[in-house]
Amino acid sequence: MAAPYTPAGCRHGARLCLPLTPGLLVFGAAFGTAAAQKGLSLWEAVGLSAFVFAGAAQMVALELWREVWTPSTLLGIAVLTATINARMILMGASVQPWMRGAPLAPTALTLFLFTDASWLIGTRYQAERGNDLGVLLGAGVALWVLWVVSTVPGYLAGSLVTNPRAWGLDLVMPIFFAIMLVPLWRGMSRALPWAVAGVVALAVQALVPGYAYIVAGALAGAAVEALRDG
Amino acid sequence: MVELSGPAWSAVAIGLMALVTYLCRIGGILLMSRVSVTPRIARALRALPGCIVAATILPVALASGLAASLALAAAVAVMAIVRHELAALAAGLGTVALARAVGL
Repeated sequence: MAAPYTPAGCRHGARLCLPLTPGLLVFGAAFGTAAAQKGLSLWEAVGLSAFVFAGAAQMVALELWREVWTPSTLLGIAVLTATINARMILMGASVQPWMRGAPLAPTALTLFLFTDASWLIGTRYQAERGNDLGVLLGAGVALWVLWVVSTVPGYLAGSLVTNPRAWGLDLVMPIFFAIMLVPLWRGMSRALPWAVAGVVALAVQALVPGYAYIVAGALAGAAVEALRDG
Repeated sequence: MVELSGPAWSAVAIGLMALVTYLCRIGGILLMSRVSVTPRIARALRALPGCIVAATILPVALASGLAASLALAAAVAVMAIVRHELAALAAGLGTVALARAVGL
């Protein structure tokens, strides 16, 4: 049976974003500030936050931003975006069984708003036997609003966020990722794929510049689990 | 060399990035809806979230130094004990702020 999208699920998903709110606001503002310093207009900064809605890709894209574009610089920024966001392909694959048979329109919207944070929230919720896709949609909407809105004061104030690193705010997402290992934990006997994923990610990061390490590590870990007997 | 200047071309750049990102977002769904899920693939899919998390955080923990590693360990420990995201996140951020303040 297809999983539903209920209003109660959406509200629950939005509530689950609460712990991330301070960190997200600071990062959205930091992106706005960086965009202003790179000479983007306010509409370009807000447009990136609203339509791309992927923090790491937006930050790196600023390094390639141009006043004058050529076909090759446009292609370059598109390829870079794809390499940074390729991890989303795996995150999507992991929620595909949950979305099987779900209505198209809300699923298309949920996927437009699909990010690391909503994936983590949804995965945790599903690991605890939740089935309401509204959680994924509600979390996506809440995170999108916070991200887009926080871009504006960061852009206008310029130095709103002077040193997020001193407060450890650069580690909000890594910490949120790490926390999720606890509800996903199924005992030592299931930990081998995770170890393989981590080690392969480290090795690939050392050998290959860029962002391939997440996808390579995750695929290696999943392959180990697939090849396990029984 | 073709030169494309003006706000319209910045909008094209934003549109291209948005399109590519949306393709990444739906790519895994489209791919898996065309694959018949054998027991092996089902197992791999179940293991995938933990593997993505491990592959994301281990390089960050090592690259960001001792303070980051301590923060991740503190957050995981608090989460394991109290099962509350906000408490775990606060423990992690508190640890990293403290560790960096004392120069770790």
